Amino acid sequence: MNIIQAVNDALKIQMRQDDRVVVMGEDVGKFGGVFRATVGLQQEFGEDRVVDTPLSEAGIIGTAIGMALYGMRPVPEIQFMDYIFPAIDQIINEMAKFRYRSGGQYTCPVVIRTPYGGGIRGGHYHSQSNEAYFTHTPGLKVVVPSNPYDAKGLLLAAMRQDDPVIFMEPKRMYRAAKGEVPEGDYTVELGKAKVLKEGKDVTVIAYGSMVHTALEAVTKAEAEGIDVELIDLRSLVPLDLDTIIASVEKTGRVVIVQEAPKSTGFAAELIALINEHALLSLEAPVVRVTGWDTPFPYTLDLEYLPSADRVLQGMRKTLNF
Amino acid sequence: MSLVEFEVGKNASVPTAPLTVLREDDTADPALMPEVSDEDLRAIYRTMIQTRTLDERMVTLQRQGRIAFYMQSTGEEATTVGSAYALRPGDWIFPCYREQGAYLWRGATVQEMAHQCYGNYLDYTKGRQMPVHYSFRHLNIVSVSSPLMTQVPHAVGTAWAMKLRKDPYVTMTYFGEGSTSEGDFHVAMNFAGVYKTPTVFFLRNNGWAISTPASVQTASENFAMKANAYGFEGVQVDGNDVLAVIVATRRAVDKALRGEGPTLIEALTYRVGAHSTSDDPSGYRTEDHVSPWRDKDPVQRFQRFLAKRGLWSPEWEAELQERFKQEILEAIEVAEKTPGPAPETIFEDVYAEKPRFLQEQEAELMESLQQTKAEGAR
Ligand SMILES: Cc1ncc(C[n+]2csc(CCOP(=O)(O)OP(=O)(O)O)c2C)c(N)n1
Repeated sequence: MNIIQAVNDALKIQMRQDDRVVVMGEDVGKFGGVFRATVGLQQEFGEDRVVDTPLSEAGIIGTAIGMALYGMRPVPEIQFMDYIFPAIDQIINEMAKFRYRSGGQYTCPVVIRTPYGGGIRGGHYHSQSNEAYFTHTPGLKVVVPSNPYDAKGLLLAAMRQDDPVIFMEPKRMYRAAKGEVPEGDYTVELGKAKVLKEGKDVTVIAYGSMVHTALEAVTKAEAEGIDVELIDLRSLVPLDLDTIIASVEKTGRVVIVQEAPKSTGFAAELIALINEHALLSLEAPVVRVTGWDTPFPYTLDLEYLPSADRVLQGMRKTLNF
Repeated sequence: MSLVEFEVGKNASVPTAPLTVLREDDTADPALMPEVSDEDLRAIYRTMIQTRTLDERMVTLQRQGRIAFYMQSTGEEATTVGSAYALRPGDWIFPCYREQGAYLWRGATVQEMAHQCYGNYLDYTKGRQMPVHYSFRHLNIVSVSSPLMTQVPHAVGTAWAMKLRKDPYVTMTYFGEGSTSEGDFHVAMNFAGVYKTPTVFFLRNNGWAISTPASVQTASENFAMKANAYGFEGVQVDGNDVLAVIVATRRAVDKALRGEGPTLIEALTYRVGAHSTSDDPSGYRTEDHVSPWRDKDPVQRFQRFLAKRGLWSPEWEAELQERFKQEILEAIEVAEKTPGPAPETIFEDVYAEKPRFLQEQEAELMESLQQTKAEGAR
């Protein structure tokens, strides 16, 4: 099963169990979504629960919030994460803050699914990784699966808890990442990272598509005799700090891989946390391998994106410090 | 009139039938026929053929994997060529992404467009944007953005500036009916109405926003009437009738130049092809949606009109087809051989001057590429 099929499966399972779940967005109904993640849903659940909306992200998210206030469980899709910005006021000032500003009287359990990231020849506007705007917004959870198993389990978990979630789907890996996915119901707890490989020399932290780049780098590093511990964060908010700190205490060296631009990105937050919790365990400054602080270019997309080589070079840098 | 009596769609300032000049018998309605010289009539036709040939060739190239993406305007050539014809060079264009006909009419070359689609170093956008995201500063055509509708408030702002500077120009902005659901549309229309900006809003109603039909976008009887709520005129025009498009656009431009403010033109047309090369329309519409529109093909209709006037011949047609095919093949060959932008150009044009952190990142990239190269050579 690939990530798209896993997402589709999770939506179907939840919609069968909970008639408050409504899928809404641009082209999600009859067509089944431009990435085909919602294929077959409208046929099974009807036009009232799988809705082709007018072309308006502010409208999609604004009305999803209203539905959630009334007890529904909307799962809107934003066609590309680059197009989430018309809805940004609704997300940041409304969805994220409803619980707090109403003293807990109102909540917005909305799960916004959206494909993100580059490497598909999409230029500026089909490539961005915008997680930092959302991890910087108190009240939102931010989840980023890297593989089909986690995609299904995390999405089911997201739809069953009571806070708004930005669910970022790595579109470059939509079909490329394949794996065993159990049939039927299971969840992957939000806020639990996964150690994909244990090692003692250096910790590599990644999430989403970058997990695959990091895996490639791990293979190269092993050939050089570097023993890597690789962590897939899976969710950024809440964050599994314990797993990170335990690993840093073991290896003393860290490389963080993030596709988004470098400055004030999520990697910067991880470094701050590592400094706060494990400074004395560090043998070298933490290295960031990131996208550059430029808009996402079209032709030079591979020069922009962190490559396995750059991750490997980052590991060497911490080891040779 | 009280609000209760107000009937949607019956608003007096939106005529019930769209403005049409070309009649069933392929002659022009003499009462409406715009003043256009025979030479210009032929030039307009020529650009429509050029546009269609370019689109067809580019779609093929994408299928062959030689460019990553393309968006064709097949069936909508009359909207773009006709509307651009009614502008003067000093008027600014704020395009969506399907206006290649307007670019070609304005004087963009197929070579420039091929460079853009290949994202090579001669592309004006320096390989930074996807195919069809053109930018022609020298033609007063503003850089295309993928996020829908964002260009429309800009067009109002530029028109406002033209008015403030007392320059006798207008702005023209294009968009699809789907995007009118975005907030930016309403924001732009409102400002244009309030400040009476010399803006022409050109709405290509081609029936579809990817898989979503126009009926999902609005409960209004039509899109043109939306202008009334913002205090200005909206008109519907047969978008497959290039002469009607010229009439409607000229009226709007003249009105704007007289200081009488904006106009919304809703051109009724049809997206005959796929939304883009990433799209497969068979997932949401059948051929019987499309076929009636093939009979209303804007190029064929105009061709029959020209033929009746003795301005078209099969020989001329053959010559045009051959010329434009050749032109595109040559342009592609050049574009394909032109190298991509150099890696360090990633860091240019982010700011007016490159700040220290970008200089450092540039050095880091160059060093990394060198290291990779050296190791590959080992
Ligand atoms: C803000 C935003 N949301 C979504 C998209 C994705 N998208 C690209 S084109 C398109 C449909 C546009 O339809 P319409 O406005 O009718 O123009 P047409 O393609 O028919 O010319 C969509 C949803 C986008 N580019 N920008």
